[in-house]
Amino acid sequence: MSFDPVVRLADATRVHGDGPQAVHALRGVNLEVGAGELVAVMGSSGSGKSTLLNLAGGLDRPTSGAVTVEGTPLTSLTAKELAALRRRHVGYVFQDLNLIPSLTAAENVMLPRELDGVRAKQARREALAALAEVGLDEPDRFPDELSGGQRQRVAIARALAGERRLLLADEPTGALDTPTGDEVLQLLRARCDAGAAVLLVTHESRYAAWADRVVFLRDGMIADSTDAALETAR
Amino acid sequence: MAIRQGLLALLSMGPRYGYQLRTEFEASTGATWPLNIGQVYTTLSRLERDGLVAPGEQDDQGRVVYSITEAGRAELERWLSTPVTQSDRPRDELVIKLAMAVTARADVRPVIQAQRTATMRTLQELVRAKRVNGAGAAQLLVLESMIFQAEAEQRWLDHCEAVLTASPQTQETQA
Repeated sequence: MSFDPVVRLADATRVHGDGPQAVHALRGVNLEVGAGELVAVMGSSGSGKSTLLNLAGGLDRPTSGAVTVEGTPLTSLTAKELAALRRRHVGYVFQDLNLIPSLTAAENVMLPRELDGVRAKQARREALAALAEVGLDEPDRFPDELSGGQRQRVAIARALAGERRLLLADEPTGALDTPTGDEVLQLLRARCDAGAAVLLVTHESRYAAWADRVVFLRDGMIADSTDAALETAR
Repeated sequence: MAIRQGLLALLSMGPRYGYQLRTEFEASTGATWPLNIGQVYTTLSRLERDGLVAPGEQDDQGRVVYSITEAGRAELERWLSTPVTQSDRPRDELVIKLAMAVTARADVRPVIQAQRTATMRTLQELVRAKRVNGAGAAQLLVLESMIFQAEAEQRWLDHCEAVLTASPQTQETQA
């Protein structure tokens, strides 16, 4: 493919500890996610899914190999630069603990932008736009006044507010029933079609099936992919 | 096969031509259960023989309208209220394949992995079909049923892999 990936892992390896106790969480993984692409990662617990997501978002660094986000190799960055790049380019959606209960939906979306130095007025404007994009029309409600599906909408809006287009989702459908889970995927899919790059970790195949490409991890390695032709061509 | 009862269900909404039945049958079940017109007419003649439907007069184009009889309504009612049992369903080739692979001490892991990827591709197609606008409520439920089945198959494959990896017998054969 001739696209510039939003995130690229090249021969990424992550080892925790050393000597005989060393745990190889990830072994030489190559993975690219381009703008407009939804890639799902599946694998049993301990297969390296979370490590992969943490490396892709710059929350953790590879022991060897390289991670590149929006053209910037993360290895060369200081901790401060890395934090700035994360805030500017990377959004996260997790299963829970997503929203701050004492802030409204709009304030939750504004928060990371304000931390990034954006003025409150502009941050609110951005937040309302992002919430409208995900179809939430009650921006001044508090999280506990929203349903599970609506809370995930807010989390997705927050992850993509500003200019961020890399979205990392770790089991975002966790406790939701299947119609609501499908709604979350529909939303992620729509954000993808609007130009975002989404890396989704899930253990549920019905949600992984929304992806353009499904990658199976086993023992820290990519065991297979639904896009086999592309993998071997690389 | 439930073609008989499916046709009875459509006829319970009013009299219909054979061709109309075929179109409506496929609209309800999606493209998942294609029916040829021959099957429709064979089934209709059996239903007529059993007194469950009654043909009307031929119209000037030679078409016959069929209506459901009281006995037909009773049969439909019975069918709808009877749960489907496992033994009514065809045997699953994948289950037999894995059982035979284990028995013959073949390496089962690549079989599982290949199936998992293939089933995921099927799931991706099903989700794509679901996302296409214009699918009716009945069609969506049929697609959803196939999605749940594929999902169950994936979970079963995960289970098989976990169990076989833990079992010393299969590790021996892989060594």
